[in-house]
Amino acid sequence: MPFDDRLIHIDKLDFSYDDRVILRDVSMEIPRGKLVAIMGNSGCGKTTLLRLIGGQLKPTGGFLSVDGQSVPDMPLSNLYALRRRIGMLFQFGALFTDISVFDNVAYPIREHTRLPEEIIYDLVLMKLNAVGLRGAQGLMPSELSGGMARRVALARAVALDPSLIMYDEPFTGLDPISMGVIGQLIRKLNDALGATTLLVTHDVQEALDLVDYVYFMSGGEVVAHGTPDEIRKASDPVVHQFVHGEADGPLRFHFPAPPFGAELMRERANA
Amino acid sequence: MNRRLMDIWVGVFVVIGFAALLFLALRASDVASSNLGETYRLKARFDNIGGLKVRGPVKSAGVVVGRVAKISLDPKDYEAIVTMKIDKRYRFPKDTYASILTSGLLGEQYIGLDIGGDEKMLNPGEIFARTQSAIVLEKLIGQFMFSKAAEGTDKK
Amino acid sequence: MPERLFSAVAGLGHSLNNVFQRLGFAARFFMMLLRYSGQSFCRFRLTVREIYFSGFQSLLIMLVSSLFIGMVLGLQGFETLQRFGSADALGVMVALSLTRELGPVVAALLFASRAGSSITAEIGLMKATEQLMAMDMMAINPIARVVAPKFWGGVLSMPLLASLFSAIGIFGGYLIGVVFIGVDEGAFWSQMQGAVDFRFDIWNGIIKSFVFGIAVSLIAVFEGYDAIPTAEGVSASIRRTVVNSALTILALDFVLTSFMFRGL
Repeated sequence: MPFDDRLIHIDKLDFSYDDRVILRDVSMEIPRGKLVAIMGNSGCGKTTLLRLIGGQLKPTGGFLSVDGQSVPDMPLSNLYALRRRIGMLFQFGALFTDISVFDNVAYPIREHTRLPEEIIYDLVLMKLNAVGLRGAQGLMPSELSGGMARRVALARAVALDPSLIMYDEPFTGLDPISMGVIGQLIRKLNDALGATTLLVTHDVQEALDLVDYVYFMSGGEVVAHGTPDEIRKASDPVVHQFVHGEADGPLRFHFPAPPFGAELMRERANA
Repeated sequence: MNRRLMDIWVGVFVVIGFAALLFLALRASDVASSNLGETYRLKARFDNIGGLKVRGPVKSAGVVVGRVAKISLDPKDYEAIVTMKIDKRYRFPKDTYASILTSGLLGEQYIGLDIGGDEKMLNPGEIFARTQSAIVLEKLIGQFMFSKAAEGTDKK
Repeated sequence: MPERLFSAVAGLGHSLNNVFQRLGFAARFFMMLLRYSGQSFCRFRLTVREIYFSGFQSLLIMLVSSLFIGMVLGLQGFETLQRFGSADALGVMVALSLTRELGPVVAALLFASRAGSSITAEIGLMKATEQLMAMDMMAINPIARVVAPKFWGGVLSMPLLASLFSAIGIFGGYLIGVVFIGVDEGAFWSQMQGAVDFRFDIWNGIIKSFVFGIAVSLIAVFEGYDAIPTAEGVSASIRRTVVNSALTILALDFVLTSFMFRGL
């Protein structure tokens, strides 16, 4: 699926910690202005991929570029310039716990611009209003529910109007209503800001209704990709198992272990 | 936490800290008198300096006028050479007596200067001509006992 | 038996290896810290904030403990000096013990357990909750923004706290010696002034506290930054901060003392 205008280009990317392979031969293209989901089971290397794109980790092989620039080869100053244009929502929000909701959203603006405090005030209220939490500006992060904290973090992630927004498991641990709210926000923000969005998730049903394109990962490799409709109809057994939420399939329910009977017998033999 | 309030408390903290340092400087150590200001050097040779130490005081009429700067041994005649830093304001006659004395019975040792009558003054770097060494208690007691014993035999 | 001996030796080698590896990490971390310190000095407000948390908030514990230590010195010193008929030298004894040793050392030990542990906890928890990583992704260097101000806040607070400790301790000794026991007030102060040298005794004490401040603050920020990002990991880091700081302070104190006060 070649795109004319791709923001992120990943080609044959490898990554491993010591000798534990996390990503193997991953290739992706993320088009500008689209909402793309990376799906897969827990621990398949999705979060690692985001950190590689943000330049927090260096790949062990392959090619990765954002906006035409190779990320692993960037000096730190360029990397920081790139990151200013990236907004990232962490799995549990990662709000700064010692400052208020307002200050959290204002944080990146205050750090990176020299705007007067009145303008910052207006900007922050706009962002908070967009996520529906203008009324919570005076609260501390510890006083927020999980869904609210996620929305505040979302407001913070888009505080500087980024051109790339990355979400790391935004739906984890949320009730269905909050999940729907966050999902709508992700779509709305992408379209309103004209940004490119990368959504890492394992909530397949929630995500398939939202996104423009899907990459499916398993065991550190891309196993399938396509539009949501293509994915729903896909014949690949891994994708089928995932989309339909089956407990056992190509992805085993059991952690690798010796045969159960043999293990029981050994216990007895030892006793 | 209000920013202004925090600034004020940090200011208070710094002031308290420096006040404590000032207290240590003025009340506990009297920095004014231990600071000699401009100094010049004088030397003296002693047979025995006893327990005199570097930075020990040099006193004239009980007033601290300088400090011991350096102590060394002359390799030729085995005499101790004591270099002193003396306050520029004070000059001493050529025939001043430099003796090593002890403050109290067991106190620290210092150099006492007994002023002579010479018209000429010691120039920087010169040596006190007349010195008296430290009194070593053991020697004193030994002498005392020896003379007592001698007295005893004389009488018989 | 030789197998057990072998594994014991291997274990020793392994832990020694770990110690040196961590020392290497700490040294590299310190270099990085110094490199980004310039950035955080440009925004001195951040450091002022940390001075508030580690310096100002340690005031109370310093005041109370130094007063007690001074009073104990007054009591014990009087007991001992009186036997030799030199109770007048009480001021000297109290002042020298405090300015040379107890002020810097005890203040640093208290600082490590009061401020050092909370610095480690704060940085460790920020790491565990991905706040540091989030900051890094916002193109804000967490070492310049969080770690360096905490480090310098500790380094700048420490000499002030140690001076205060010595001063209040001397006052405590005065309170017991002069006010309660009745040592002559004039002798107490004048003997102290005669025997305590500002540059030699007090200034060396300040230098000591400065060195301890660097050591404790570095250990605290390093352990926090290096913490395993879980609840157990952070608590282990806090424990290491307190234990390693105490050992480092005492060892450094010995080294510094042998350099500063040798030959006297």
